[in-house]
Amino acid sequence: MLFGRKPRSRPPAVAPAAVIPEAPGSRRRSRPAAVTAAGWGWQHGGRNAPAVCGLDLAVSPGERVLLLGASGAGKSTFLHALAGVLGPDTGGEEHGTLTLDGVHPADPAARGRTGLVLQDPDSQTVLSRVGDEVAFGAENLAVPAGEIWPRVRSALADVGLDVPLDRSTAMLSGGQKQRLALASVMAMEPGLLLLDEPTANLDPDGVGEIRDAVTRVLDRTGATLIVVEHRVEVWAGVVDRVVVLAAGGGVLADGSPEQVLGNPAHRRTLAASGVWLPGAAPEIPGGPWTPAAAGPRLLEARGLAVARSARGPAVLSGVDLTLDAGTAVGITGPNGAGKSTLALTLGGLLRPRAGTLTAAPALAGTARTEPGRWTSAQLVDRIGTVFQEPEHQFLTNTVRDELAFGPRRLGRDTDGQVLARVQHLAERLGLDGLLEANPFTLSGGEKRRLSVATMLATEPAILLLDEPTFGQDARTWAELVALLRGQLSEGSCVVSVTHDAEFIQALGSRNLQAAGGELGAVETLTPGLGDTAEAPTGRGRP
Amino acid sequence: MSAAAAGVPARPVGTFLARANPLSKLAAAVLLTLAVLVTVDWVSAAVVLTAELALLPLLHIRIGTLVRRIWPLLAAALIGAWGTALLAEKTGTVLLDAGPLLFTSGSVAAGIAIGLRGLAIALPGIYLLTTTDPTDLADALAQKLKLPHRFVLGALAAMRLVGLLVEEWRTIGLARHARGAGPDAGGAARLRGFAGQSLALLVQAIRRATRLATAMEARGFGAAERTWARTSTFSRIDAVVFGAGAAVSAAAVAAAVSAGTFNFILT
Repeated sequence: MLFGRKPRSRPPAVAPAAVIPEAPGSRRRSRPAAVTAAGWGWQHGGRNAPAVCGLDLAVSPGERVLLLGASGAGKSTFLHALAGVLGPDTGGEEHGTLTLDGVHPADPAARGRTGLVLQDPDSQTVLSRVGDEVAFGAENLAVPAGEIWPRVRSALADVGLDVPLDRSTAMLSGGQKQRLALASVMAMEPGLLLLDEPTANLDPDGVGEIRDAVTRVLDRTGATLIVVEHRVEVWAGVVDRVVVLAAGGGVLADGSPEQVLGNPAHRRTLAASGVWLPGAAPEIPGGPWTPAAAGPRLLEARGLAVARSARGPAVLSGVDLTLDAGTAVGITGPNGAGKSTLALTLGGLLRPRAGTLTAAPALAGTARTEPGRWTSAQLVDRIGTVFQEPEHQFLTNTVRDELAFGPRRLGRDTDGQVLARVQHLAERLGLDGLLEANPFTLSGGEKRRLSVATMLATEPAILLLDEPTFGQDARTWAELVALLRGQLSEGSCVVSVTHDAEFIQALGSRNLQAAGGELGAVETLTPGLGDTAEAPTGRGRP
Repeated sequence: MSAAAAGVPARPVGTFLARANPLSKLAAAVLLTLAVLVTVDWVSAAVVLTAELALLPLLHIRIGTLVRRIWPLLAAALIGAWGTALLAEKTGTVLLDAGPLLFTSGSVAAGIAIGLRGLAIALPGIYLLTTTDPTDLADALAQKLKLPHRFVLGALAAMRLVGLLVEEWRTIGLARHARGAGPDAGGAARLRGFAGQSLALLVQAIRRATRLATAMEARGFGAAERTWARTSTFSRIDAVVFGAGAAVSAAAVAAAVSAGTFNFILT
């Protein structure tokens, strides 16, 4: 029990901003913060248009606000400004006034008044041990050393992260890492909690963990909350106010969740902006769709065991799986179950640890029957693997070259066919206005579409996608579904590794679940997002 | 006991050396290295190396494990010894004369001295690395040596990123293979591919570093004053570690002088 958390009774929950409970054996928790923006705007250095402009907003202490708006409406910029990390030294230009309890957020007096949690769990972990990580913020605020460890323990208890203080931060799951990030800012006892899409990269269980942890810390501390998230349903029950930022600047809608989300005009605007609304599935371009009949056999796995490295342990074994043309397969399962490793092996990028993976003649053609032995050029002609991070796969300086790379690699650059194909693909994916742009400068949705398009350029028979819907808003999500439906209709096989049950359903996929080192078929799939917190892990397994 | 009562996580329980302050280990290692460096002779190197090997049980490292871990160093020491024995001044009696291979007692002694020295200098560093948590070293450097904490903690956070980048390099390699830019192209293309993969890694490294810097800044990092939740302390163990380092260093020099093999490096 050396590092165990001391059992202690939790103070009763209080209404926001009413009574501020005492932290055990330490000073008063700091009071909830107030925010005011008056004609506030921010223009990043080197950009032509402001990220935010003409924003007028007042948030009272203890309010819980969900901030919505289209991609590019400046939601993240606003949060970063409130967190005091948009200083003048970042080369930006500020207009109007923004205050946190009456001072500018970057003012030294505002240090530690805000706690910011970002989307990517890996990029916000500073230290290698859980306890040190939580203590880091309090140390920076020069909290007396004797007060820090009680704060660390109470913050970890609040977020429900019951692991030893010396546990390696790298060993935590995605949901645990985000709860660690939350505990790390709560140990600073901030008056304003800022969450920037904190659940975008998490599986459904992780989403529920974070939502519940945030609710607990707010009930206990009464801190003000501003959260940015595409998936409204996750936070609709937690917040008491919804603010919608207009794409052109200013506030589009402001009110209680019922007022804003119940207003048909607002709903239409929000849906068009890519916000996931409760009780409304995104409208998929192209209308109703029925999966085509299965075509010839492409790939067959028998007793397949997969491992991340040549000497590492097998993460999944005994996998029997067939992939046929025109069919979709969704592979689900908790983090670390070996889903991605399986996809990399099916994609011919990793050699099987044991068992066989055989390409049928319809796929292999003139190549060998083992995808793991194919050359790069043989691979792009047959199986396209779309990685989770699009930037990992960008090879050139323009969207046009990116799309033309695969066909050129296959020597198809003879009579202008490549350019015609590039043009056609770009038009179909809405990238035709960006052909000269650098791939790294695209928005998140555009990068995702481009990374899929680069794979489509060589018309592989099998398309493998690793978490294709992470961080996508409802609009880019629907576009991706429409695109993949088109591929299926044309006879491609689409395999996705995903936590997204709706995505699997939308593609009419066979669902397989990786868990406990094995891959099993799943009979029914539970749709919806709001029920994630209550649902036990491994739901829907036969 | 009192630390646990205050809610402070105890120092990691482990081997004797793991519980010592990184600075005392560092100081002992520096002393040992200096003692072996100032003289090129086999006696002082043998004394230091014997003392270091005697530490193995205290570290709970088996000799086989150590050999597996440092075999490149062993190989380097052997090659160094061989080369020196072959090329050093041929003094003393001739031990072997086979054409170009001429070994004398003097040259062999010099070779052994070079080999032993190499190992005696390398081992303290190995011990320091295997028994020291980077976080504890950073704490000690900032709190005891008063190095600027912004620099020390920045370096510590960067070190953690390096671990992530190793994994990222692999992922990028696979991702490029999937795009058709894999390793099966010819020599020049392979070189271009390596350059491209390096650039891709650099881009990711900068992105990650920028995001991490934002996260650190948002958590109040960068102010002039900060406190330390983990107090870096010295204890009796540190006196023992430093004392042992000093004693072995002195004994090595004394043994070399009394054996008449002391050979100051600058003469």
